[in-house]
Amino acid sequence: MTATDTGRTTGTFTPRPGAAPLPRMIRAQAALETRMLLRNGEQLLLTVVIPALLLVLFSTVDIVAVPTDTAGGTGKPVDFLTPGVLALAVMSTAFTGQAIATGFERRYGVLKRLGASPLPRWALMTAKTCAVLVTEILQIVLLTAIAFALGWSPGGNPVSVVLLLLLGTAAFSGLGLLMAGTLKAEATLAAANLVFLLLLVGGGVIVPLAKFPDAVQSVLQLLPVSALSDGLRDVLQHGAGVPWADLGILAVWAVLGLGAAAKWFRWE
Amino acid sequence: MRSTSPVGDPRTPGREPAVEAVGLVKRYGAKTAVNGLDLTVARGAVTAVLGPNGAGKTTTVEICEGYRRPDDGTVRVLGLDPIADAAALRPRIGVMLQSGGVYAGARAEEMLRHTATLHAHPVDVDALIERLGLGSCGRTPYRRLSGGQQQRLALAMAVVGRPELVFLDEPTAGLDPQARHATWDLVRELRRDGVSIVLTTHFMDEAEQLADDVAIIEGGRVIAQGSPEELCRGGAENTLRFTGRPGLDVASLLKALPADSVAAELAPGTYRVQGKVDPQLLATVASWCAQNGVLPNAIAVERHTLEDVFLELTGKELRA
Repeated sequence: MTATDTGRTTGTFTPRPGAAPLPRMIRAQAALETRMLLRNGEQLLLTVVIPALLLVLFSTVDIVAVPTDTAGGTGKPVDFLTPGVLALAVMSTAFTGQAIATGFERRYGVLKRLGASPLPRWALMTAKTCAVLVTEILQIVLLTAIAFALGWSPGGNPVSVVLLLLLGTAAFSGLGLLMAGTLKAEATLAAANLVFLLLLVGGGVIVPLAKFPDAVQSVLQLLPVSALSDGLRDVLQHGAGVPWADLGILAVWAVLGLGAAAKWFRWE
Repeated sequence: MRSTSPVGDPRTPGREPAVEAVGLVKRYGAKTAVNGLDLTVARGAVTAVLGPNGAGKTTTVEICEGYRRPDDGTVRVLGLDPIADAAALRPRIGVMLQSGGVYAGARAEEMLRHTATLHAHPVDVDALIERLGLGSCGRTPYRRLSGGQQQRLALAMAVVGRPELVFLDEPTAGLDPQARHATWDLVRELRRDGVSIVLTTHFMDEAEQLADDVAIIEGGRVIAQGSPEELCRGGAENTLRFTGRPGLDVASLLKALPADSVAAELAPGTYRVQGKVDPQLLATVASWCAQNGVLPNAIAVERHTLEDVFLELTGKELRA
C-alpha cells in the first residue's frame, strides 16, 4: 500500500493509466526489435555469416571468374565483390530477415498485442526500421573491416553510397513487409529464403550480370539488388559520382513496395 | 435479470459504464459470430462473459478492444469509440489475448519490462514477477515457457500499465489449479484496487467465484445478465431438503412457511421444501423442527448453479 499525492491510500493496481513519452516508446521498441533480430541464429547466418563467407571465399579463391580489369577498376577481386556483398547484406536484413521475423510476429499475435498497447503503429514501423538500420550498420562495419583486411581500396562519393544504401533499405523493407503482411508465416519463410538465393545468383552480387545473355540481363538489371550492387560498384569501384539510373530503379521499387505494403498489410 | 445497480467501487472515477455495447453484429462471411448483442459492463466490477466455445465471446471482446469493426451496432469503451478513439483508449486498457502476443525469442522478464516501458506509471515489475511466480522462468525465451507460464506472462502484460479496464480472454484456460487460484487472487486484487475487469470464460466456477456480474452469451447474443445470485435465483425455484422421522405433519410445516412455498415428503423421512430459499426460510424450517421435536439428520439447501441456469436457458451443456 502506498500513499499517492492526493493523500489517499491506494493499492498496487489502482488505475493510473498513461502512455510513455513517444521517444521513450520508440527507443525501447527499436532496442527490443534489434535484440530479437540479433538473437536469432538463422537470421545471423543469413545476415552475417553468408555475406562474410562469400566475401572471403571469392576474394581469395578463384571460383567465379570475377572481372578484375573493367574500366577504372583496381584489378582486385575484392573491389568487385565488396559492393555486391554490401548489397547482399542490405537485402538479407531489410528484406529476408525482416520478412521472416515480421511474418512470424504476425502469426504469433505479437503485432496484434502491440496493436492494443500505447505504441502507435507508425511508431512500431519506425522502431522496426531503426532495428534494420542498426543491424545494417553492424553488418557494414564487419564486412568493410574484412574487405579492408583483404586489400579493398574503395573510391567515390560517400554520400552516394549512403543514398544507395538508404533507398535500397526502403525498397527491400517495402517488399519484405508486403510479403510478411499478406502471406502465411511459413510461406514467407520459404519465399523469402528462395528470393534471397535467386537474387544472390541473379542479382549481380557475385556473378557479374555480363555473364547472362543480353535479353536476360536487361531484365535482371531492373531488380532492386542489381540496382543496388551495380550502383555501389559504380561508386566504390569506379569512382562514379551519383548513379542516377540505379537510384531511380531503387526509388521506384521503394514506392511500389512500401505503397503495396501500406495498402495490403494485415496485422493478424 | 438485468443488474440495475452495478457494484461500483466508490474510488473509481468516471460516470459512463466501462463498456456499453448496443446491437452489435459481426459476420465472417456467411457465419454470424455476433448477432445483435447488447452488453453493459459496470465500472470497478468483475464482469464474466460466459458461454460455450463459438458463442461469440472472443469476437465481442475483440470489438471492444478495437480489433474488429462491427458490421452493425455501437460500442463505447470508457466512453470512447474503440476504433476512432484508439489512440486515447489504448493506454487506458489492458489486454490479454487468448494466446500468443509475445516474440518467440523474447525472455519473459524482458517482455514484461518492455511492456512496462510503454506505460507512464507501470506497477513494479519485480513485484509482479514475484506475484505471478514468473521469477524462475524470467530468463527463459517465450517459446520455451510452459502454457501456464505463457498465460501468466500475458496476464502480467495486461495489468502492468495500471489500466482502468482489463480484458482477459479465457485467462485460466489450461492452467493447473494452483495457477488458476493465483490468477483469481490477482483478479480480486485488481477489483479491490478499482480496476474494471471483463473476462471471458467457459468455466462456471470461475464466473461464480469472481464475477459481480455475469453475461451469458449464446449464439452471438447475451441471453441473460445479472449477478450470479440473481441468475441462479431467477431460473427456477430453489430447493431445501431435510431428513428426519418419517410421517411428519407436512400440512403444519406448510402453515409455517411463506405462502408460495411447497412442501412434500418425497420418501419416508425425506422432505423437500420448494420456494424462495433464503436464510429466513431455513430458520423457519429449523424452528418448526424444534417445535415438533425433530432433529433433522441432514438439512441441505440445493441452490441452482450457473450450469443449471445455462442448461435451462439454452438446453445445452456449457462445456459441450
